[in-house]
Amino acid sequence: MTPDRSILIQRRVVERISVGLAWLATLIGLAVLALILFELLRRGISSLRVSTFLQSTPAPGEAGGLLNAIIGSLVMTGLAIVVATPIGVAAGTWLAEYGRDRKLAAIIRFLNDTLLSAPSIIIGLFVYGIAVRTVGHFSGWAGAIALGLIALPVIVRTSEDMMNLIPESLREAGMAVGAPRWKVIVSIVYRASFSGISTGILLAVARISGETAPLLFTALNNQFLTSDINQPTSSLPVVIFQFAMSPYENWQQLAWAGALLISVTVLVLNILARSLARRST
Amino acid sequence: MGTQVEAVAEATESDGAMPVRRPLMTEGLFRSVTLAAAAFLLLSLAGIALLLVVQSQLSIRAFGIHFLLTDTWNPVKQVFGALAPIFGTLVTSIIAMLVGVPLAFGVTFFLAELCPFALRGPLSVAIELLAAVPSIIFGMWGLFVLAPFMAAHVQPALIALLGPIPVIGKLFQGPPFGIGMLTAGLILGVMILPYVAAVARQVIATVPPMLREAAFGVGATRWEVFRRVLVPYASKGLLGGVMLGLGRALGETMAVTFVIGNSHRLSASLFAAGTTISASLANEFTEAESDLYQSSLLELGLILFVLTFAVLMAARIMLAQSGGKVKV
Repeated sequence: MTPDRSILIQRRVVERISVGLAWLATLIGLAVLALILFELLRRGISSLRVSTFLQSTPAPGEAGGLLNAIIGSLVMTGLAIVVATPIGVAAGTWLAEYGRDRKLAAIIRFLNDTLLSAPSIIIGLFVYGIAVRTVGHFSGWAGAIALGLIALPVIVRTSEDMMNLIPESLREAGMAVGAPRWKVIVSIVYRASFSGISTGILLAVARISGETAPLLFTALNNQFLTSDINQPTSSLPVVIFQFAMSPYENWQQLAWAGALLISVTVLVLNILARSLARRST
Repeated sequence: MGTQVEAVAEATESDGAMPVRRPLMTEGLFRSVTLAAAAFLLLSLAGIALLLVVQSQLSIRAFGIHFLLTDTWNPVKQVFGALAPIFGTLVTSIIAMLVGVPLAFGVTFFLAELCPFALRGPLSVAIELLAAVPSIIFGMWGLFVLAPFMAAHVQPALIALLGPIPVIGKLFQGPPFGIGMLTAGLILGVMILPYVAAVARQVIATVPPMLREAAFGVGATRWEVFRRVLVPYASKGLLGGVMLGLGRALGETMAVTFVIGNSHRLSASLFAAGTTISASLANEFTEAESDLYQSSLLELGLILFVLTFAVLMAARIMLAQSGGKVKV
């Protein structure tokens, strides 16, 4: 065998092995996703009942549902988004329309990107310090603040990106007919990037509806349904955490039902946001 | 286009009716409000840092540097040392990187060069959906599915296979409970896979097609094109993606809390229960009765903050230097 030929064979072997490993890596990634979904459906559906949506969390061994946790999650997520959306869109507006290439804009952009992947438990500690320790008790408000702080960088990032996609000529057209800057932004840029900005908000909802860590020391938990957001408030993720780690059979079942609810919500929101984003670009 | 032209027309119409002064004032107001919102981001970040520094003072003054060097964690005697959670955070993150980064690069190679074109879109979406699964779901899955599997199959095999080897064997000792550092690290590895892969796919896409084509033209195999052309060209961005994954692994809370076992004891064995900074916070913060206990936990939070922000900032700087805008 000539040396040339052995190099060729060696290259071919390396190629085969690397291709095989790449297939394997992809299959592992997909298999984990499939296994998680399978387990969620298997244990989640069998634990899901009508009463899950109608009753509050039970004592160990008793019948009950997740009503208080579902309502608590909806209320806190809703409040968080209602507060974070105007601030986030406004900040995104400044970055995309006024800040642009300025140094301050670059710094804010950089820190926003860092906050985007910051550990959410740190946000929980911060909100504990400003909204729980100062008031003296855990509350749904504190939970909503923590979730809002996590949603904020997501909204800032996507709204800036989406406004950047709007062609400069549209802005120029608006200015040419005498509209001031703000009017151009509100009537042209916002209108044109509406579906893009909505995508960002949907992604932010998806991101915070599964968050557990920042709620542990802010909203804490509540065994009962409460309409008072000033009280400790239960949420699906925290109830799942508490129930899944417990030794009680009925609690673990409810945890799986809750896990299924959360996962379906998050995945549907993600797919929805994706299709919305595809339509807007 | 129709709507935009309409919008412009509407804008001029309404402005025409206004006195000259008002639009200018509104402009200033609008600008200041958006700037204030952007500045709010800076303020909240500064607030986080300040609060952690201030509230951990009690613990910093009480234990000084010993906090970082001892592993005593005794709420009864009020003596706290952070060595065990720091050790656990680093060990689980290292395992996560060893597992997650090769997997992510395999997926990237697959999606860039091997995947049939029609499957590329759906497969990327599937991998990205893995990133959307909430961490508490990973935790539950780890506790109820992966941990029993590890206890029954993987750990006994590893103990039999690697346990007797002198130095490495120390890592694989003790009863196979399923939970512990190794299981936590594995779950973290799977969790960072989609992040690293998403960044890698985007930076690889910035490589000029001419380079790829030239390499194929001189007869390079697909692996050679990936390894010798695409990866070197995108190396900075790829490293940024890996760092981003590390930042996630260091700070991840719920997935780890479920399977780590929460024990403040240092152990060489990867099968032993341990704890990480974030798991200690999740498990103990609401139960911390005394001020010193709480302050010690906040100091843990400060350490995590410094660690993750250093890594995440380095990641962002590398991604910025690599050119193309990466969205994660």
